Amino acid sequence: MKKNVLKTRWGKWWVIGAPYLWLMLMLMIPFLYLLSVSISEMVQGGGYLPIYRDGGWFFKDNYTPILDDVIKGGTYRSAYLSSIYYAGVTALLCLLIGYPFAYFMARAPQEKQPTLLLFVMLPFWVSMLIRVYAIKVLFNDSGIIATTLSGSLKAMGLITEDLHLMNNSFSLLFGMVYVYIPFMILPLYSTLSKIDVRYWEAAADLGSTPLKTFFLVTVPLSKAGIIAGMLLVFIPCVGEYVIPQLLGGADTLMIGRVLAGEYFQNNDWPLASALAISIIVLVVVPMMFLNKYQDAAQGEIK
Amino acid sequence: MKNFKWFSRSWMTLVYLFLYLPIIVLVIFSFNEGRPTRWNGFTLDNYADLFQNQQVIDGLFASLRVAAITAVLSVVIGTLIAFVLVRYRGFVGKTLFSGMANTPLVMPEVVLGLSLLIVFKDLFHVEGGAYWTIVLGHTLLGAAYASVVIKARLSELSLTYEEAALDLGARPLQVFFLVTLPMIAQSLMSAALLVFTISFDDVVIAEFLKGPGVQTLPNVIMNYSRQGTKPVVVALGAMIVFVVSFVLISGSIWMQKREKRRQAEIAAAFRDAT
Repeated sequence: MKKNVLKTRWGKWWVIGAPYLWLMLMLMIPFLYLLSVSISEMVQGGGYLPIYRDGGWFFKDNYTPILDDVIKGGTYRSAYLSSIYYAGVTALLCLLIGYPFAYFMARAPQEKQPTLLLFVMLPFWVSMLIRVYAIKVLFNDSGIIATTLSGSLKAMGLITEDLHLMNNSFSLLFGMVYVYIPFMILPLYSTLSKIDVRYWEAAADLGSTPLKTFFLVTVPLSKAGIIAGMLLVFIPCVGEYVIPQLLGGADTLMIGRVLAGEYFQNNDWPLASALAISIIVLVVVPMMFLNKYQDAAQGEIK
Repeated sequence: MKNFKWFSRSWMTLVYLFLYLPIIVLVIFSFNEGRPTRWNGFTLDNYADLFQNQQVIDGLFASLRVAAITAVLSVVIGTLIAFVLVRYRGFVGKTLFSGMANTPLVMPEVVLGLSLLIVFKDLFHVEGGAYWTIVLGHTLLGAAYASVVIKARLSELSLTYEEAALDLGARPLQVFFLVTLPMIAQSLMSAALLVFTISFDDVVIAEFLKGPGVQTLPNVIMNYSRQGTKPVVVALGAMIVFVVSFVLISGSIWMQKREKRRQAEIAAAFRDAT
């Protein structure tokens, strides 16, 4: 009997140890590596000089140039600002479109709700890259939508030049809202569907108009869902790389693209690492908020 | 009230239209002659081109291979992570563990990709061309998603079955494989399916970790997308839509049938009992 207890105790450390080791190797060590590369000197053509060499420590400050640029207003500043701006606007648009949708879904007949939810999730199973590509097809400059819109607006005398729907902030925002709106709808739906109907009935009984009930009862009760949804959209959008690459233009440079450029085109590992650290810093506060509110919203993504 | 209904109906219809219109347009234009801008007439040429495109076929097989290995690895590691999170309260470094378990879900993929790339290149001198770099990167992401799915199932399981098995003299490993595993089998399946989809779909990590020798399907699409809209890619996209719809529809029909059969069996069992 005693032996068995010992065995299970050892077993416990194996069971905990194996995934612990995995996360340490794949997440912690790469992160520490990133940190150390971000303060070392670059080597032309890729690579870096280690910070400990020739019996001494050699640090290089790669953050000051970034900070300088941010203060003086160069490429990095505009990349950071537009990352935050587009992620924020995307989150807001998702909320504006998704909140009424989630609300109506939560108030739809009970037996219809699983189907309605299923059809929100369905596009997720089709490759995101393909869906982004589909938007490229949809808004092509010589496509139906662009040409008809251009033609009719010209006929009405509102514009004189051809309308461009692609590779600008419009197509970028459209794509980001399109891809990320399910991440907004799900936590909203899960909080809204849990609101007791009696709250609405009570509000109506006490003489509240539907609109008043909505803003004074429903919205405050779904606060956790709103915050979780906004963050679930905002956080991945800040570092988004694919959508700006495919749908964005020259004026929609985002930080993810800048980072990839520093690494792949300039072969500047330390600067790319410093940018990666700055992205972590940028999203770490929203992430902490997310952890706090996600449990409250019970917003299981998938 | 009537106004409300009208408004809610049209709002929901518009959102669904928004979600599905691009996909529908993509499928329609996959049958179009020439560039996918205006309708020139029906053709299947794009699909013929697709099946002869060696880059696409190589990419497809690379993606399938990576996604399959990733799914298996992720479910194994994800099960362990979920098990630790649900079953072990209070061990040294628990906060760090649960923090790390959640990080891949929210951390921007460029950061994950870059950090792994630097480690692989610097510690292992990988110059690319290997599947395993992409597989490892995808497994980091996949295990995190798998653990979320499996955790949900594990935490609703009652401990009594496992305790009963232990009381009856089963060894812990036996309990896990003969009692726990069958009970969470369905969540393992859905986790594997989810991870397969994520891996098959992922561009960013694959862009960072791919070598010159190995390109997944998303890498191929990314390369093509730098050259405007290509009929081949549109056909490929439509093909993916077809396959996914087929799998989802047949899957749900199969599930429904199984559920019906189960219900029938339960009913039969009740009949026999009374």
